[in-house]
Amino acid sequence: MDQQPDIFSYLPDLVFALSAIGIGVLASIFLYWLLNFLVNLFPRRVASALQPYAFIAPVLALVGGFLVWPTIQTIYLSFTTTDPDTGEQKFSGFDNFNSLFGDTDFLSTLFNNLLWILVVPAASVVLGLLIATVSNNVGPIREKVAKSIIFLPMAISFVAASTMWRFLYNYDAGNVQVGLLNAIVTGLGGNAVPWMQITNFKLNDLLLMVIVIWLNTGFSMVLLSAAIKAVPEETVEAAAIDGATGRQTFFKIVLPQIRATAVSVFITVLIGVMKIFDVVYAMTGGNFDTNVLGVAFIKNYFEFGDTGKASAIVVLLMLAIIPIMIYQVYSYRKQEELR
Amino acid sequence: MSRTLTFATRLKKFRLGSSLTLLALVILWLIPTVGLFVTAFRNKDDAYSSGWWTAIFSPLTQHWTIDPFTQALNANNLVSSFISTVAVAVPATILPIMFAAFAAYGFTFLSFKGKEVWFAIIIGLMVVPMQAALVPVLQLFVGFDSWIGDLQMNNPALFQWIPFWDPNYPWHITGEYPAGWIVHSAFAMPLAVYILRNYMMTLPHALIEAARVDGASYYQIFWKLVIPMSVPALASFAIFQFLWVWNDYLVAFVFVGNHPVLTYTLLSMLGQYNQGWQIVAAGSFFTLIVPVVVFFGLQRYFVRGLTAGSVK
Repeated sequence: MDQQPDIFSYLPDLVFALSAIGIGVLASIFLYWLLNFLVNLFPRRVASALQPYAFIAPVLALVGGFLVWPTIQTIYLSFTTTDPDTGEQKFSGFDNFNSLFGDTDFLSTLFNNLLWILVVPAASVVLGLLIATVSNNVGPIREKVAKSIIFLPMAISFVAASTMWRFLYNYDAGNVQVGLLNAIVTGLGGNAVPWMQITNFKLNDLLLMVIVIWLNTGFSMVLLSAAIKAVPEETVEAAAIDGATGRQTFFKIVLPQIRATAVSVFITVLIGVMKIFDVVYAMTGGNFDTNVLGVAFIKNYFEFGDTGKASAIVVLLMLAIIPIMIYQVYSYRKQEELR
Repeated sequence: MSRTLTFATRLKKFRLGSSLTLLALVILWLIPTVGLFVTAFRNKDDAYSSGWWTAIFSPLTQHWTIDPFTQALNANNLVSSFISTVAVAVPATILPIMFAAFAAYGFTFLSFKGKEVWFAIIIGLMVVPMQAALVPVLQLFVGFDSWIGDLQMNNPALFQWIPFWDPNYPWHITGEYPAGWIVHSAFAMPLAVYILRNYMMTLPHALIEAARVDGASYYQIFWKLVIPMSVPALASFAIFQFLWVWNDYLVAFVFVGNHPVLTYTLLSMLGQYNQGWQIVAAGSFFTLIVPVVVFFGLQRYFVRGLTAGSVK
C-alpha cells in the first residue's frame, strides 16, 4: 500500500468482498431450495419422512464435519508426535501428556487457568449482582444510563480492550508516566512499576483478569437485573411487613429467586474464561508467568509446530469442560420436562 | 404505620447510597474508554509528555488534532482491513442464522426419529471450545487446497471455461473468506439452533397446522410464516453473532490470513511502539465504531435476546 491510498485502490477489495457475500448467501439459499426440491421428487410418503432431514441435514453435516469429527481427530492427535524425518504423526501413547505434566512451565500454566476460573466468573457475577441491585433503586433514567455504560464493553473486542487497558497499565522507564496506574503510584510518592511483569502474588495475572471482568460484568448485570425485576413484588413486601431488614430481604428473599440465573451467568462466563486467549496473547503473549491453556495451545502449534502437544493441551481443556457439558444437557432435560 | 415509615426512610437512604455506589462504578467503567478516546485526539508530543487525564483536566493547553486518525488510516491498511472484516462478518452472521433457522424449525415443528437425541447432542456441543477442532479443520482445508491445486495444474482444460479463473492463482480456501464463514458458522451453530428453537417453541402450533391443512408445504410455511414471526429472535442472535465475529481474532488469524481483519491489524499496530500511542488509540477507536453503533442502535433487541435465552 502506498502512503496516500485513494478510494479507488480499495475498489477491487470491495468488489471482491461484496461478490463473496452475495455468492455465499445465494449459494446457501439455493442449497435449501435444492434439498427441498429433491425431497419432493420422491413419492409423497417417502418425501414426508425425508422432509425433516432436508431442514436439519445441513446443520448436522456442518457440525459433524467441522466440529465433532475434527474434535475426535484432535483427541487422536494428542496421542501422536511428529516424526522428524517424514513429518508424519506417529502414535506415541501418553508421551505428550507425560512431557506436559513433567514441565514446570506447563504446570504453572494450568495453575493460571485455575486462578482465572476461580476469580473471573465469581467476580463477574458478584459485581453484576451489585450493579443490578443498586441500579434498581436509583430511578429509571440513572438506571438506564449507568447500565448502558457498564454494558458497553460487551461490544468491544478483546484486542481493542487490551489497547485501552494499556493506557492504565503502561510503564515508562523515564520520569513521565502516561499510564494511569503508575501516575497514581508516582503521585503518591512511589516508584513506577512495570505492572505486566510483577509476578508477586500473581499481580500481573490478576490485572489481566480485571480486563475480562470489566468486559463480562455488563452481561452478568443485564441478566441478573432482568431476574431481579422478575421477583414478585409481594414476596419483598411481605418480608418488609414481617420486619425483615434490607439485607435479610436481599439474602433470604431475592437471592434464592434469582439463583438459577446467577448459575447460568456463572457457567457462561466460566466457559468463556476456560478458553481465554486474546487478552493474554495481546497483553503479555503468555510471558511473565501469565500463560494460559489457550495461548499455550496456539504457541505450541504455530510457533513450535508441535501438533501432538498442542492437541494434548486442548484435550486437557476439554476434560475440564466435560462436567459443564453434562450439566448443560441435564438442565436442558429438566427444563423440557417442565414444558 | 410507624413501621412502613421507617422502611420508606430506609429506602430513601438506600437510594442515595445506591446512586453514589453506581456513580463510582460507572466512573471506574468509563476510565479505559475515555483514556482511549482522549488519546486518539492528541498530538504525539502531548501523548508522550503527559498522561491522557491531563488533557481532560486542562483541555485548553492541549493541541487537539485528528492527525492520529489520518496517520492510522494511511499507514496501516485499516480501510482494507475494515472491508475484509465486513466480508468476513456479514456472511458469517447471515449463513449460520439461515442454517440454524431451518434446523430449529425442523426440531420444533417436524417429528422424526432420534430428534431428542440429536438435540441433546447439539446442547452438549454448545460448550466445546473452538480450539478443539481448530488444528484438524485447518489440516482439512490445507489438504483440500493441495488436492484442488493439483487438479487445476494437471487438468487446466477442466477450468479454462470458468470466467476469472487464472492458472497462476489457483483456487484455494485456506486464508480466504469462505474458510472463515464455514468455521464461524459451524461454531455458532449449536447456540444458534438452541436459541432459535427455544423461541420457535413459543410460536402457536395451531397456526402452522392450519397452514398445512390449507395445503402449504413445510418449505413455504418456513419462509412465509415462521421466519416473519421469528424476527425478534433472529435479530437478537444476528447482533450477538455479528459482534462476536467482528471482534474475533483467533478464527480470522488462523483461517482468513490472506485478508487481515481489524483485530489482526490492530494487534500488529500494538506491536509497533514507534508508531505512537495516539495512533494506536485512533486505530482502536476506528475498529470500535461499527460494533458500538450496532450495539447502541440495537441494544434493545440484544438485551431481549440475552434475557430470553437465559432467564427461564
